[in-house]
Amino acid sequence: MYRNASSLGNLADADRYHEPLSIDADDTTALLNGLQRMILIRVVEEKIGDMVSQGVVKCPCHLAIGQEAPAVGVAGYVRKGDRVFGAHRSHGHFLALGGSPHGLLAEVQGKDTGVSRGMGGSMHLIDIPNGLFGTVPIVGATIPIAVGAGIAAKMDGNGDMAVSFFGDGATEEGAFHESMNLAATMKVPVLFVCENNFFSSHLHINLRQPDTSVCRYAEAHRVGWARADGNDLAAVRAVTKEAVEAIRAGEGPRFLELVTYRWRGHVGHREDEDVGVKRKDDLAAWKLRDPISRLAVALESLGALDRQQLKRYWTDAHSVVEEAWAAATHDGYPPAKALLSRVYSGTMARKH
Amino acid sequence: MKQAPVTTGYGAAIRDGFEYLLANHPSVFTIGQGLWSPWYVGNSMTDLDSQFGRERVIDTPVSELGCTGAALGAALCGYRPVVIHPRVDFMLLAVDQIVSQAAKWRSMFGGQVCAPITVRAIINRGGEQGAQHSQSLQSWFAHIPGLRVVMPSTPTDARDLLIASVLSDDPVLYLDDRWLYGLEEELPPIEERNLALEGPRLTRTGQDLTLVGCSYSAHLCREAAARLSANGIECDVIDIRVLNPLDATLLIKSAKKTGRVLAVDGDWRSCGMAAEVIASIVEAVDPRVMRAAPRRVTLPDAPAPTSSPLERSYYPTVDYIVQRGLALVGAQQETFE
Repeated sequence: MYRNASSLGNLADADRYHEPLSIDADDTTALLNGLQRMILIRVVEEKIGDMVSQGVVKCPCHLAIGQEAPAVGVAGYVRKGDRVFGAHRSHGHFLALGGSPHGLLAEVQGKDTGVSRGMGGSMHLIDIPNGLFGTVPIVGATIPIAVGAGIAAKMDGNGDMAVSFFGDGATEEGAFHESMNLAATMKVPVLFVCENNFFSSHLHINLRQPDTSVCRYAEAHRVGWARADGNDLAAVRAVTKEAVEAIRAGEGPRFLELVTYRWRGHVGHREDEDVGVKRKDDLAAWKLRDPISRLAVALESLGALDRQQLKRYWTDAHSVVEEAWAAATHDGYPPAKALLSRVYSGTMARKH
Repeated sequence: MKQAPVTTGYGAAIRDGFEYLLANHPSVFTIGQGLWSPWYVGNSMTDLDSQFGRERVIDTPVSELGCTGAALGAALCGYRPVVIHPRVDFMLLAVDQIVSQAAKWRSMFGGQVCAPITVRAIINRGGEQGAQHSQSLQSWFAHIPGLRVVMPSTPTDARDLLIASVLSDDPVLYLDDRWLYGLEEELPPIEERNLALEGPRLTRTGQDLTLVGCSYSAHLCREAAARLSANGIECDVIDIRVLNPLDATLLIKSAKKTGRVLAVDGDWRSCGMAAEVIASIVEAVDPRVMRAAPRRVTLPDAPAPTSSPLERSYYPTVDYIVQRGLALVGAQQETFE
């Protein structure tokens, strides 16, 4: 369907893809779980947005509201042993992999109970037990790191892989191109996932690149690629499944371009109209491409979901989030000594 | 018949270190440009690829940033990679991965994980190579919390501090110097050391003057101390060895004893390592104890020249250190034979 590496075609058209998803080919249970997870991400991020607007949360928070499907879709094919890396907009990746809402909400408040023990904030998240090996806000920085994690996975020889989440802005970095070349040359088991949301900070991709699609880079590096509607969980799952199977079969890296849209601004809770990004019409149209409601409607028409159940998903998410938030507000901050004691390990490896 | 002791050169000692690590620690691998082309890294990695396989001695595409990041990624997954940059200058393309990623990884994730990457970069200057093939930049990197910076000045240290660096759970920048590759000594048996416990070392004792340096500068200090001794001036010589985190205890103790300090560094003067040495001392030593104001010998604040006469005046020499040492103790003139 999307075979042209140099054009997003209809996917870039905000007025398309408003209809319910076509989900017949996918597993209903997985989609229901995915829907629940997307709802949780949405509610957590809305909570964080509210707290940012109230001035309670002060660390830079980059919300991924509206782009929940890539995180959840890819996470569905991440298994124990895989290593996932993200960037500055990674609350969704953290939660999609099974991260605790309390750990995240404590982290954005700088609490010692946060996932990074209050040392990282929204932009530095880690959750090794669930496979999230780190997210950092220097654009493109975790791409080579993910390749290295893939090299490690290859050396381990268990068929595990690394996953690198990044945005379209990161494809402009040298780090991205060095990493693609290295991974392709060394046949590293790594899945590059570009969430193309058209914006890098406040600049539209039209003003940054000669084309809106980034698959052409994968083609140049001889890395197999696929593109999908990044607001369609079933579509994301389909392309991920195929890519992951190829990677685990030892075929080397794969690249996914998942086309989506950022509802909120670059950072904080606003929609960026305030800083002069004129995208009101686009945003309204993209909200009709909501990955959550389109999937819910599809599941309903399939008879796999009813109104009550859907309502319960939302209520449950809200109570989980409110409870986690309340608990996190009572948690303590890191002790003063953490400033120095967490810098060096001071230890050495034990002999194998 | 008495056998002559077996001596090993500095470059070969580094190779011994790699050989030991690759043979004894399956989690160790090396990655970088020129690793299958041994002349690129001197004699410090000769034939390691055929000995241990090209999966563990990896030559890469031109991608300093990419392969440094990849080494970090593997380090986060239980491996102990050494990424090798045949010149410090080339490593600058990877500064984000060293400074903003590796050095901060532990702290920014709450001390829960470590990033045991070793970045080895080779200082390779002189010979009319000019401004972009000559930098050492230890002062830059020693400024970064979370990054251990190691500069061996002897073959034994070149081997043992490499091993300690790779076995350290912290990220380490290990800088070796091609100008030291000719140094030889008899190596003791290998002993795995905890890098966190390694630091500056007193390599000669005297009561008149403290000479402090790292890497090739430490070597110059030792030579200068021998010359000064012939002039009746006895020096404490301190080889810094580990520049960051800097343990200044020995520096302070020596300064209190001699009352005179000459800090020598093969890096630039401004905000440099020599300044750090002097600041660490004057903060801790009562000025009344000092017999003279501390001085430093560094590179002039200029990029390295290409032209050989300029090059000769650019790099500190034993002669110059001797001169400055004599001036510091108030001697009139060095007596040459």
